[in-house]
Amino acid sequence: MESLTFDLAQQALRDLNQYLHNEAKTASVKKVIVANPDGAHNIAVGLDCPVDVEVVGHAGYYAGGMNKTATVTINGSAGTGVAENMMSGKVHVKGFASNGAGASAHGGLLVIDGDAGLRCGISLKGGDIVVGGSVGSFSAFMAQAGRMVICGDAGDALGDSLYEAVLYVKGNIKSLGADAQIEPLTETDISALKELLSAAGPAFAEHDPKSFKRVASARSLYHWNADANQEY
Amino acid sequence: MEPKKIITREESFGYDRKTLDYIRNASAHGLYEIRGMGAKRKLPNFDDLVFLGASLSRYPLEGYREKCVTKTILGTRFAKKPIELEIPITIAGMSFGSLSANVKEALGRAASEVGTSTTTGDGGMTQEERQSSKTLVYQCLPSRYGFNPDDVRKADAIEVVIGQGAKPGGGGMLLGQKVSPRVAKMRTLPEGIDQRSACRHPDWTGPDDLAIKIQELREMTDWEKPIYVKVGATRTFNDVKLAVHAGADVVVVDGMQGGTAATQTCFIEHIGIPTLAAVRQAVNALEDLDMKGKVQLIVSGGIRTGPDVAKALAMGADAVAIGQGVLIGLGCNGDTYFKDGAHHSAEKDYAALGTAPGFCHHCHTGKCPVGITTQDDILSQRLSPDVGAKHLKNYLKTLNMELTTIARACGKQNVHHLEREDLVALTVEAAAMAGLPLAGTSWIPGQGY
Ligand code: SF4
Repeated sequence: MESLTFDLAQQALRDLNQYLHNEAKTASVKKVIVANPDGAHNIAVGLDCPVDVEVVGHAGYYAGGMNKTATVTINGSAGTGVAENMMSGKVHVKGFASNGAGASAHGGLLVIDGDAGLRCGISLKGGDIVVGGSVGSFSAFMAQAGRMVICGDAGDALGDSLYEAVLYVKGNIKSLGADAQIEPLTETDISALKELLSAAGPAFAEHDPKSFKRVASARSLYHWNADANQEY
Repeated sequence: MEPKKIITREESFGYDRKTLDYIRNASAHGLYEIRGMGAKRKLPNFDDLVFLGASLSRYPLEGYREKCVTKTILGTRFAKKPIELEIPITIAGMSFGSLSANVKEALGRAASEVGTSTTTGDGGMTQEERQSSKTLVYQCLPSRYGFNPDDVRKADAIEVVIGQGAKPGGGGMLLGQKVSPRVAKMRTLPEGIDQRSACRHPDWTGPDDLAIKIQELREMTDWEKPIYVKVGATRTFNDVKLAVHAGADVVVVDGMQGGTAATQTCFIEHIGIPTLAAVRQAVNALEDLDMKGKVQLIVSGGIRTGPDVAKALAMGADAVAIGQGVLIGLGCNGDTYFKDGAHHSAEKDYAALGTAPGFCHHCHTGKCPVGITTQDDILSQRLSPDVGAKHLKNYLKTLNMELTTIARACGKQNVHHLEREDLVALTVEAAAMAGLPLAGTSWIPGQGY
């Protein structure tokens, strides 16, 4: 059997996740289809095997949360915290994503074809995020490591208190957060952009890597400083 | 004759020496003070309560012989695998980073030997800690440093930390000298930076979101592990209710005496309420929801002695968690450390920090004179896991003996049978906060006669 369908109109979310955590590791099923998700929360969370999950419709909070090695595709929009704390694998949202998309992701690739809400990539710890549209305010807040590509615009306070994560923005940046600065694009950045855009899929090929701005940390908040502006 | 010249020494109450020092320091540095430990100010606490004990109206148990049960089960509401502890005294969450790896190992070994749990902290789970702890509670903190699904699966319970008694509303802090290569790697941070953690979780914002977050943790662990929710004591009545509504199996309430490795003094001393007041509010909330006994309550923040444990249980806690007391048991603020079979003076090292044994709160410096809150290779050798585990085991056993002694004196065969009716307060403040009668009266302030 190549694929298996869980119809959430008929079956419990618990059965789906239980299957994905256990049988999916050994079964010959390569693809699991989730029908009628109807915005259910916690679809395909905590996966730990290279299974392919396709959600046919909209997902609620934390879809693909804490993913390891699996590929989760959402043929719709995703609620808060999609792919939060992902370690590896891929989560692809074909619609829009709500707040906190890819929060604290340590690895893997999160692709959002549409826009993402507030705090996209907050606390990012090594994962990659590619957003086809725009991101809301406070995105990449305290992002520690990893890369984020924004093909549209960024809202207020982008990259506030950034550590070592690097952000690439094609459109307008409404405002930069404390300690975030625009830096010249290097050859390494251009190859990183090429790699990320091509990993995100053919729809992203239209973007010229050279048209992005690089945002990174000025590293002035790394140490206490009595003379620093305390309003940050 | 000229009257003798007198030097007047009338100290101002408002501008006492402590306040003068504070203003001078602020003027000199332009930065707030950061320090370790919990609130140092005098607060109403468990010492302000006493047990009534048995006499003619109650029948005591034989203090040294009769059985007194201490077994404690946590996480019975939803978890398929609740935690079973031999004693109701657990080790509070303290991070690897603030503590050395040796200390983490010592905590795990001692806790396992006496049959209780330890808890990770900001910065994730170390292998040493997992291996040495039979029962390990894994914290999910706002920073999510080192948080990963493999460790979630390895844990015996998960504690979602909303806040800490020493700093409700504030995030963790680890100054650069403690961000060693290993700590930096675990936290995905550059080495040596002054690390200030987030105070809010990145992927949820309110109690309704928390309910979904808890469900996520349950789903990913197949509903096996108990989920704790830890709050710093502030609006405890409401917070406990919200945590229960969000689906917690266990609520941990940490009062303002709770310790920290590094926080602003203004936070430690001025934000939060004392543990005594918080326990009462927490128990009221559980009773109000008819959840007493269904959702377990762990109380922490300034629990130091067996009587403290007994009083917390009598007021309605199911267990306590100890952090600072445990560190003192390991040698914190002691004048010597034990190494290579002998005691060595640590006085010079305290002096170098500008303090002395008994007064130290310098965990934030990373230069702990007795090798506890440090990442320094040389200093951390001052506490071996063997010596630490032995001391801590003794401390926990002593607390448990005192707890059972008190329970028997109150006629209880099980420490969880201790009840509010066994307690009275010695001060009006404590009576009001704890909702207990003032000793020798039936008066509970605020509740009439
Ligand atoms: S002795 Fe060590 S653990 Fe104790 S307060 Fe001082 S620095 Fe902290």
